[in-house]
Amino acid sequence: MTPDRDRIAERLAAVGYVADRDLATALWLMDFLKRPLLLEGEAGVGKTEVAKALAAVHQAELIRLQCYEGLDQNAALYEWNYQRQLLAIKAHEGAGASADAIEEHIFSEKYLLERPLLAAIRRDKPPVLLVDEVDRADEEFEAFLLELLSDFQVSIPELGTVTARSIPRVVLTSNGTRELSDALRRRCLYHYVDFPDVEREARIVTTRLPHIDEALAQQVARMVAALRKEDLRKVPGVAETLDWAATLAGLEVHDLRQAPEAVHETLICLLKTHEDRARLSREVTDRLLGKVA
Amino acid sequence: MSPAAMSEPVATIGANLRRRLAGFTRTLRDNGFAVGLAETRDALAILASPAGARPALLMPALRTLFCADHSDWQRFAEIFAAFWRGRGVRRMQPAASMPSRRRPSLQHLAQSAAVPAAPRPQDPVESGDGEAGDEMADRREHATAASTAERLAAADLRHIVDVREIAQTHALAERLAHRMRARLVRREQARRRGRRIDLRRTIHRSVSHGGTPIDLAWRRRKVKPLRLVVLLDGSGSMELYTAFFVRFLHGVVDAFRESEAFVFHTRLAHVSASLRDRDVARAVDRLSLMAQGMGGGTRIGECLAAFNRWHAKRVITSRTAVMIVSDGYDTGAPERLADEMRRLRRRCRRIIWLNPLIGWRDYAPEARGMQAALPYVDLFAPAHNLASLAALEPYLARI
Repeated sequence: MTPDRDRIAERLAAVGYVADRDLATALWLMDFLKRPLLLEGEAGVGKTEVAKALAAVHQAELIRLQCYEGLDQNAALYEWNYQRQLLAIKAHEGAGASADAIEEHIFSEKYLLERPLLAAIRRDKPPVLLVDEVDRADEEFEAFLLELLSDFQVSIPELGTVTARSIPRVVLTSNGTRELSDALRRRCLYHYVDFPDVEREARIVTTRLPHIDEALAQQVARMVAALRKEDLRKVPGVAETLDWAATLAGLEVHDLRQAPEAVHETLICLLKTHEDRARLSREVTDRLLGKVA
Repeated sequence: MSPAAMSEPVATIGANLRRRLAGFTRTLRDNGFAVGLAETRDALAILASPAGARPALLMPALRTLFCADHSDWQRFAEIFAAFWRGRGVRRMQPAASMPSRRRPSLQHLAQSAAVPAAPRPQDPVESGDGEAGDEMADRREHATAASTAERLAAADLRHIVDVREIAQTHALAERLAHRMRARLVRREQARRRGRRIDLRRTIHRSVSHGGTPIDLAWRRRKVKPLRLVVLLDGSGSMELYTAFFVRFLHGVVDAFRESEAFVFHTRLAHVSASLRDRDVARAVDRLSLMAQGMGGGTRIGECLAAFNRWHAKRVITSRTAVMIVSDGYDTGAPERLADEMRRLRRRCRRIIWLNPLIGWRDYAPEARGMQAALPYVDLFAPAHNLASLAALEPYLARI
C-alpha cells in the first residue's frame, strides 16, 4: 500500500468531495493502521460528508448511527422483533410445543432486528460505519462503543457471541458539546476539520455545481470567508455556501459587484438567526463586498 | 494490524531513528499529550512505511496519530518542528496553568495549619474502651458536631473568624455540595420509576406463561442529572466570601459529574481542571490565589461576554443551570451586562444568582449591575451562610 495521498484526494474528488491533503493522509493512515478516525470541528465543516465520500471511494455500504441523548443498546445494536415473537408463541402453543422449544425458536436469528452497530460487523464486505455526533450520546454508551471498537465482537445473551466478519472502517464525528473520554480519544486517530480555505471552498462550489462560473465561485468563497470573520452567532458552513452559490446562479448573477441588491437579499441562505441578520446591515454587506470583490 | 506486520517494521528501522522517536514521544508527553505504547508502535509502523521517507507526509501522519483533541492539534506542528529540526524545546506549557504555590497567603497558611486540629471521627480501635463506652463517646461526638454544624450554618460567613471554625465551615460547604447531588439524583430516580414497559424482558418472562404477558418488566428511563455551571466572582468586594465559595465549588465539581467552574474578576478563568485535583488543600489553595486576583474592579459584563463566546457552546446544554455568585458590583456598563445576561438566558435552563449581600439587613439590589441583570435571573437568593445554600436544594430539584 503506498501512501499516495494525492491519489486518495483525487479519488475523493471523483466522488464529489474536495479534501485537503492532510485529511487524505489521515484517511490513508486509517486504512494502514486499521484504527477508527475521530473527526472534530465546527458544525457545518463537512465532517459527515467525509464518511459518505469514503464509502463512495471504497464502494462500500455506509452504515450510519446518529447519536443522541439516551441512545441505548436496543437502538444501536439489536432488538428482538416482538410482534413476530408473540405470534410465534401463540402458533407453537397450538401445536403443543414445550416452553423450552418455543424459547429456543423465538430467540433465533429469524427474530433478530439488526441495528447499525450489529449490522456493521456482520457484513461480508467491510462497510463504512459512521458514528455521528458521538458527543451527544451518554458516557455509558461511549464506554460500550469503545469495547466494540477494540474487539469487534458483541455478545447477545440469548444467542451467543457475534464476531465481526469484516472490520468496518469507522468514522466518528464530534461537535464538542461534551468532552469525550480519554480512552476513546486514545483509541482513535484524530483529525481536526477546519473551514476550507478560499481556494478549496471555491473548488467545492465548482465541483458540486458544475454549471457555475469559475469567477463567481471565487467571489462567493471569498465573501463567505470574510463573513466567517465577523462576530456571528451561527457561522455559515459549507452547505450554506453551496446553497448561496446555487441561489446566486439561479438568479443569474455573474458578478457580485454588479448585483449588491441580490447579494443582500440572498444572505438569508447564510445567516440563520435574526441577530446575525440584523448585524449584517446593508452598509456592512457593501463594505465586505468592496473588500472581496 | 496483525502482530506479524507489526514486528516487521520494527526490525527494519535503525536503532538511531528508534531512539529519536522515543525522544519525540517523551517530548510530547512532557507537553501533555497522552501517548502510550500503542501509539509509539504505530508511529514505528508509519516510519517504516513509504510515508516515512516523505517528510511532507510524515508530519500530518504523526499528527493524526498522536493528537487527541483540538488543543493538541494546534500545538503539534510547532512541537514537531522544534524537535525534528533540532531546536529541542522541552516544554511549552502556558504559564497560567503552572501551579503557583510560592506565595500562599497568611490566611491559607493558617487554614492548613488548622486542618489537622479539626475533630476527627473517633477511631474505635484506638479508644480502647468497652463497646458501650464507644457508643456513648460516638453519640456525644455526633451531637457536638451536629450542634456546631447548626450554629455554623446559620452564622454569617463574615462573622466566622476562628481558624478552626473556618476549616469546619469549609468542610461543611463541601459536604453540602455532595449531599445536594445525592438527593437530587435519588429524587429523580424515584419519580421516574416504572414509566415504560421493557418489552425485551417482558417477552422473556412471558414465555413460561405461554406468551401472555402477565409479569411485566418496567424500564426505568435514565435521566441525565442536572448540569451545573458556577461562575464565581473573585473581586475585592467579595473577598470575605471567596475562600468559602471556592470550597463549595470544589465540592460541586467533585460531586456533580457534569459541572464546570469559572472564576472571574477583571477577566474570566476556567478552573474546573484545577479543582479536579484530588488533593483538596492544594486545589483550593491554587484557586484561592487565582480568585484573589488583582484587587481591581469587577467587569461582570465582559467576563460574561467571554463566557458566552468561548465556553457556553461547550459547557451549556438544555439541562444546565448557571449559578452566578456575585455581589453585582460591576465597574463596566450595565447595558453590556444586560445584553450578555439575555444571551446567556436563552441558552441555559435556569440562571441562579446568589448574592451574599441579600443576607445583610436592609439590603436592596441597588447596584446598577445588579439592576440590569435581575430581569434575566430566575432565582435571586442570599448566600451569606450555609443555611441559605442548603435552601437552594429543593429549587434545584425542580429544575
